[in-house]
Amino acid sequence: MKRIDAINEIAAKAKESGALLIGNIGIPCKEIHHVCDVPTNFYMLGSMGLASSIGLGLALSRPDKKVITIEGDGSILMNMGTLATIASQEPDNYLLVIVDNGAYGSTGNQPTATSKNTDLAAVAKGAGNKNVYVVANPEDLRETLRSTDKGIIVVKAEPGNTEAPVIEMTPEVILKRFMDISSQPSR
Amino acid sequence: MTQSLSVAPTPSESTFKGIKDAGIDFIVSVPCANLKELIPMVDEAHDIIHLPVTREEEGVGVCAGAYMGGKKPAMLMQNSGLGNSINALASLNMLYGIPLLMIMSHRGVEGEPIVAQVPMGELTPKLLETMDIPYFLPEKGVDPADIIVKAWNVASEQKKPVAVLLPIPFWRRQA
Repeated sequence: MKRIDAINEIAAKAKESGALLIGNIGIPCKEIHHVCDVPTNFYMLGSMGLASSIGLGLALSRPDKKVITIEGDGSILMNMGTLATIASQEPDNYLLVIVDNGAYGSTGNQPTATSKNTDLAAVAKGAGNKNVYVVANPEDLRETLRSTDKGIIVVKAEPGNTEAPVIEMTPEVILKRFMDISSQPSR
Repeated sequence: MTQSLSVAPTPSESTFKGIKDAGIDFIVSVPCANLKELIPMVDEAHDIIHLPVTREEEGVGVCAGAYMGGKKPAMLMQNSGLGNSINALASLNMLYGIPLLMIMSHRGVEGEPIVAQVPMGELTPKLLETMDIPYFLPEKGVDPADIIVKAWNVASEQKKPVAVLLPIPFWRRQA
């Protein structure tokens, strides 16, 4: 499967469950925006590696809401400490989905360490996370997303990007429309 | 003039009072020897969410998420962590307009025993100026708690990161 297949499944889950969705920097954000642009999406335009951390801070601040973050293998490798911090907190309302295609997809598909020997699910478990899932096709991803709102899902994917258009919104607008929902208690 | 030396707050107590007075309710921390009394105070406060993070840059991301969740976030850190955070402060906080209060133990200045702390200690104010991040220093005769409240107000109004630099002599100030 390609990243876009995973994004389709995750965006559908976010929509169905009313979860806030944090998108990883680069082409993943453009693909999320292209597949399903809703105010409950936060698009990262900079600060590679921090989508998982933003999602954690949000989930801890708003236990009344579900939060999903889509990360890439390159991003997780850049902020591997996040896996230990997430394990130390274990929020029930936080699901981190790592789309692992073994490549830095937004910069020309240079191989990452996961294309060789690094096993992110093992790293996540070793960091202390109890609920870690590995899936490799859209059906298994859909099933896993249906069964849980917390933990870490590693999606094994192939490199490859779609031609999703650039996000035209300014950073201020992205934040404002997201926070109009994310900062308010759920009814 | 009455002397009430025995009840004067410690530097950590003054800093904690500032955090409470400013309404800070979400804190991430990366330790420093100067923060060893303050971090447990924050951890025990029931109305503050506290989590230790592995690196300051990670903390910048966590605090940004907390702000999006309606919290008033702060990071307890050593000034060395500013070097670990610069890209995130610029391409996350400055880009989107996200406030953050950085309460920094400022090492590498007067009284520093460890030579490795000196380069970042000297660079810290210059880096903050270059990044257009306002910073506040504990002034003689001014309650440090008031400085922290003022710093958060600037962060909140200007929607950007601010720093409170608390150097070695501040932490040595005894009641």
